Amino acid sequence: MDFMVFQYPMITVQACLDGLLLGILFALIAYGMALQWGVMNIINIAQGDLVILGGYIAYFMYLYGIHPAWGVIVSPIIMYFIGVGIYKLVINKVVDRDLFISILATFGISILFMQLMNFAFGADVVLANSGYGTTMLFDNNVTLPNSKIFSAVISIVFAIGLVIYMKKSKLGRAIRATAQNSRAAKILGVDTEKVYAATFGINAALCGVAGALISITFTIHPYMGLPYTIRSFMIVIVAGLGNLPGVAMSGMGLGVFEEFADYILGTEFRIGAVFLLLVLILVYRRFKLSRKREYLK
Amino acid sequence: MKISRTILSFISAIVILFSTSVTSFAKVVGDKIVLGAAISLTGKYSSNGVHTQNGYNMAVDRINNMGGVKVGGKTYKFEIIYYDDESNPKRAAQLAERLISQDGVEFMLGPYSSGLTKAIAPVTEKYGVPMVEANGASRSLFTKGYKYLFAVLAPANLYLDVAIDLAVEKNNGKPVTVAMAFEQDAFSQDVRLGVLDAIKRTGSKKVIDDKLPKELNDMAATLVKVKQMKPDVLVVSGHTKGALTAIRQIAEMKVDVPMLAMTHCDAAKLSKQHGKNSQYALCASQWHKTLTYKDNFFKDGMKYAADFEKEFGYDPPYQSAESSAALLVFKDAFERANSFDQKKVRDALAATNMQTFYGNIKFAEGGQNVDKPMVLFQVMCDGSGKCENKVVAPTKWASAKLIHPIPKWSER
Repeated sequence: MDFMVFQYPMITVQACLDGLLLGILFALIAYGMALQWGVMNIINIAQGDLVILGGYIAYFMYLYGIHPAWGVIVSPIIMYFIGVGIYKLVINKVVDRDLFISILATFGISILFMQLMNFAFGADVVLANSGYGTTMLFDNNVTLPNSKIFSAVISIVFAIGLVIYMKKSKLGRAIRATAQNSRAAKILGVDTEKVYAATFGINAALCGVAGALISITFTIHPYMGLPYTIRSFMIVIVAGLGNLPGVAMSGMGLGVFEEFADYILGTEFRIGAVFLLLVLILVYRRFKLSRKREYLK
Repeated sequence: MKISRTILSFISAIVILFSTSVTSFAKVVGDKIVLGAAISLTGKYSSNGVHTQNGYNMAVDRINNMGGVKVGGKTYKFEIIYYDDESNPKRAAQLAERLISQDGVEFMLGPYSSGLTKAIAPVTEKYGVPMVEANGASRSLFTKGYKYLFAVLAPANLYLDVAIDLAVEKNNGKPVTVAMAFEQDAFSQDVRLGVLDAIKRTGSKKVIDDKLPKELNDMAATLVKVKQMKPDVLVVSGHTKGALTAIRQIAEMKVDVPMLAMTHCDAAKLSKQHGKNSQYALCASQWHKTLTYKDNFFKDGMKYAADFEKEFGYDPPYQSAESSAALLVFKDAFERANSFDQKKVRDALAATNMQTFYGNIKFAEGGQNVDKPMVLFQVMCDGSGKCENKVVAPTKWASAKLIHPIPKWSER
């Protein structure tokens, strides 16, 4: 245990800012997960792998001399079609089955994606350089890489854009209607099959954006997807489905929690701390649920 | 008629069975010496696995073309049976078992990485199969008392202790403060032990001792601490991802540290990915092409690098060079043993004392190579932004002078 983070106020500020910027990015991935979980009742284990695949798209643009920031536009477009493709091939066969089947199916997709990416792109750790420089605050005591700030801003823009799209557009309304009651929506003329495909595509596109941002801020590797799946799963569990402000808050909370866990427990327990928190929250939720049920009785 | 057909098929079945078992039961078939190797061709080690395989293949071709191996007045050629271990230790151990008991291989080459070598070593040891490995540097491999394991590379604990010595030397022989960040895997932890030894030996002080996770892609917390504590040396070892992440975040966070020493910069192609940001980083390496060791097959490092590039289209990383050296060691041992008896070959291997383009090779009791020091190179860039790795330590092999301390970010 190391409480250095509380002894120096500048480190505390640094940890909070790092955590918030990171958390906003997590929230974007989690938002995609919440959306398709809510609409299709599918927990997508391959979420993190979609993120990494999106990252590779930005990375390859960077390799060919295009600035990786354009990946934020290109990656979601490609990922949308990949998402729709996955839906048509696999997900539409499990969408009405129980949760266990869909977890198995997406777990399979996850393994397949990892191996395919490893096969196609190699096992090297790669990154895309944005060359964005650094913002210095408080007399150079706090440093914020501009790439992280860029990531957070882009994440917010996409999240807000999506909220507006969901509220205003026809497809957005259809998606929300299907989430509320798919049978009723079907009766009222909503083509739920199309809605499902679009939802999965939108989720994949969000993963594409996040992946492009991760390739700019961190590193990507074919086997690095799982921690992102776990984080988004956890954020959604905490926030609940269909609760966008909740997702944003719990995403940022998780980011800050991770940073502090990193300082206090050591970097090696960072992901471990996330897992532990997940278990605690699941136990707490169960406890609360059971109390509610008793009350209903 | 029907009976004769049954008999015929029965006989042919036996013939087929017999012929396959004959080929698979001999380690030396005709004029071929068959070696076995499980290599990571898929999975997370696949890129370094391929470097290893290319190194092996290059040496096999070279030795075969230059007269092969002479044993008992007869000339033999090398051949290698490869299996893909999928970067998985369990699979590697199974494949070693299969190579030995089904394919009849009596001599093995090592896989890639300490972890996989650790999985295979008990198997080769059980069957008394001599294994020359080139990619497992973990100290624990050499403390188990294995009799049939020989490593052409220097053990992991020697990777970065040179850096501490160098820092002390630059500090006029006075002790230094050291910040350490090491991944939690067998290899990096061995590197850490070596650094700890060096710290103790020089009376230096460690001020940060962080452990990095396997899924590392953010080490901002460690670097913030480095900024606060201002150590003389920062040592990082976390495979390729550690090297890449460290350089990216040191540049982004403008962390000033007089000396930065790392492992796996070669594999990370640091200067290619990060350009000038990687400048001044010190990297531990088993080998560098500018070293002036010589042998009859590859001449020297520069020639090896040129030939390798011609054949495979890229500059050889040290993983390939050390793999090629493993074959040279085998050839030498076979010829001195003048036999294919596993015990005799094992004894000949233990008595190895030779120079290859890769370095001097002489095995200690535990099987590690004790005659080849690690080298440190520093990434140096010219005005146009083109960066190169230049050997700066040990001084005997240095092709450039160490730049120390690293200029501050504000002055770059």
